Amino acid sequence: MLAKDAATSTQPQLEARAVHLWRGEKHLLRGVSFALHAGELLQVVGPNGVGKTSLLRSVAGLLPVEAGEIFWQGQPLPAANDDYHRELAYLAHVNGLKSDLTALENLRFAVSIRRDVTTEELRDTLQLLRIESCSDLPVRALSAGQKRRVALARVMLTRASLWILDEPITNLDKAGIALFEARIADHMRQGGMILTAAHQLLLQGQPGVRTLELQ
Amino acid sequence: MSSVQTTPGLSKILMLVMARDLRLAVRHWDQVLQPLIFFVIVTTLFPLAISPALDELRKISPGVLWVAAMLASLLALESLFRPDVEDGTMEQWVLSGQPLSLLLLAKTATHWLLTGLPLVLMAPIVGTALGMPQSVWPVLAGTLALGTGSLSVLGAIGAALTVSVRRGSVLLALLVLPLEMPVLIFGARAVDLAMHGEAVAGPLNLLAALLLFFVSLGPFAMAAAMRISVES
Amino acid sequence: MWLWFHKLSSPPYAYRTAGLVRPWLFWPAIALMAIGAFGGLVLAPEDYQQKDAFRIIYVHVPSASLSLMIYTVMAVAAAVGVIWRIKLAHAVAAACAPIGAWFTVATLVTGSIYGKPMWGTWWEWDPRLTSELILLFLYLGYMALRASFDDTQRADRASAILAIVGVVNVPIVKYSVVWWNSLHQGPSISKLAAPSIEGSMLWPLLIMMLAFVLYFGAVLCDRLRGEILRRERNASWLTESLARS
Repeated sequence: MLAKDAATSTQPQLEARAVHLWRGEKHLLRGVSFALHAGELLQVVGPNGVGKTSLLRSVAGLLPVEAGEIFWQGQPLPAANDDYHRELAYLAHVNGLKSDLTALENLRFAVSIRRDVTTEELRDTLQLLRIESCSDLPVRALSAGQKRRVALARVMLTRASLWILDEPITNLDKAGIALFEARIADHMRQGGMILTAAHQLLLQGQPGVRTLELQ
Repeated sequence: MSSVQTTPGLSKILMLVMARDLRLAVRHWDQVLQPLIFFVIVTTLFPLAISPALDELRKISPGVLWVAAMLASLLALESLFRPDVEDGTMEQWVLSGQPLSLLLLAKTATHWLLTGLPLVLMAPIVGTALGMPQSVWPVLAGTLALGTGSLSVLGAIGAALTVSVRRGSVLLALLVLPLEMPVLIFGARAVDLAMHGEAVAGPLNLLAALLLFFVSLGPFAMAAAMRISVES
Repeated sequence: MWLWFHKLSSPPYAYRTAGLVRPWLFWPAIALMAIGAFGGLVLAPEDYQQKDAFRIIYVHVPSASLSLMIYTVMAVAAAVGVIWRIKLAHAVAAACAPIGAWFTVATLVTGSIYGKPMWGTWWEWDPRLTSELILLFLYLGYMALRASFDDTQRADRASAILAIVGVVNVPIVKYSVVWWNSLHQGPSISKLAAPSIEGSMLWPLLIMMLAFVLYFGAVLCDRLRGEILRRERNASWLTESLARS
């Protein structure tokens, strides 16, 4: 199950080789392999329950792989986990936001445990995603789409080179999707990498954009 | 893409975690108060069930206070990790590239400040209602301060193990209470010795040693347990 | 040595080996038990203080040592499983828990049977019995945690952490209980310990001890085979060997 399109000539940054995963009785992933190079977007597609989320979670290092290997910059995981995680921003189905804190407080904490950040930077990112009006509201008061945007702001603010996003555009409206696609393209131009699980493909037909189909 | 980022120092991370959890607690005072109220109610049950005579209550007061404190600390564990695991913020901590053991220790310490420390301060007042002489207050507060710290660490290991288990609170009690029994023994017996006017340096030192021991090794067990719990 | 270890840790090989080893543990255990029982119940003289009641130590003392030994074996197996990611070690730990729990129950029951004639009550808060009781709670907690996970792998690793925390706690429990008890009474007559025991009373005890260890080995082989079957129920080697038989 190699990804479509020939990989570029450079060394892949992230590579999975023959990953197997069981969930209880079910043999979910049966030898999934892919490589991700700087500046690429890989979208994992497939029907519900095929193991897209599990694949993303094991690549992120949340779920131990039972057979096969995952490499970050040539180093096998999970041995290299700490370096890897500093370069990784992960977004799950849940947004990872505290509903009692404001959007700004949430972002400040989430980013500060990784790097120093100023309030201006946080506000700028919120503005970029058009949710500056939400910055001082507790997250519980936001709509589902606004919460998702705050979560995406967190991903952008971590300055990680690898983004692993599980259905990132859930609950986003058309304008939100367009904004987010622009951020993705930006990230790719700067040499960043993105791995997503998706029902709806983003940036279709653009260079560096590939899909990986799970069966 | 800059791969070199200045990562914050460990002490700064400790402060961040504590500040965040304190802020969350301020916005939910009711949850912080619940274990304390529970503590007072449980200690009220004993005079009702046994006898209103202070002479009789005085004899059992160290044990009553300690058992009640142990149960209150157990009850408070429910709010230690569960909210963070459920809303996905714990996952972010696991993936933050920072030592998870340290993050969880900071969280446990904050939790102790919010649920353990109030018990320590409240205990002498409740003790008086059970006929405990004033002279024992320092020993009571001292043993509880050292002891509830150990209870928090042991409890946090159990909470991390059971946080992904549905209806895990009875299981949590089953796992944690036997491990906590030595702390109960030293704590309650020390107060009892003090009431009989005997020296308490021995058990107090033992409680302090246990606290040090648990604080230095416990966080690794918490982190290992938490990694398993966020897998689901 | 490492190669042998690696081979042993493969489920089909371990399954067969456990089956082969089992009779070599089980029958000697039974034989030794018979010898030990004869020595302890018939040959050994009556204790001048405790009369015939002391004879329960031939079951009680070996049970007590095994209950503690098995907990240690379980924790070591669990640690090996976590550190070197050996699934078989987790299966060994899982197989140990119920055996250890039963030996703990046996210790408690024989302890109270001994207590009735000696102390006049079925239960005395004797430090040994109290720490056995706490040990039983530790076993029960371990098994309850294991049972609460659907996924065997997560159950293995989570319960391994608990076993390691538990085994670190066992000496603390032991010490605290002895200290707790010493506050209430001075040193009293022998209790369930066997100080300065006479030779004719001692050798049956040692034989019984050995018999119990072998018996534990045999039961462990059985339970391990059961664990392996449960864990490998979908594996090809198992369906093949079932088809052949």
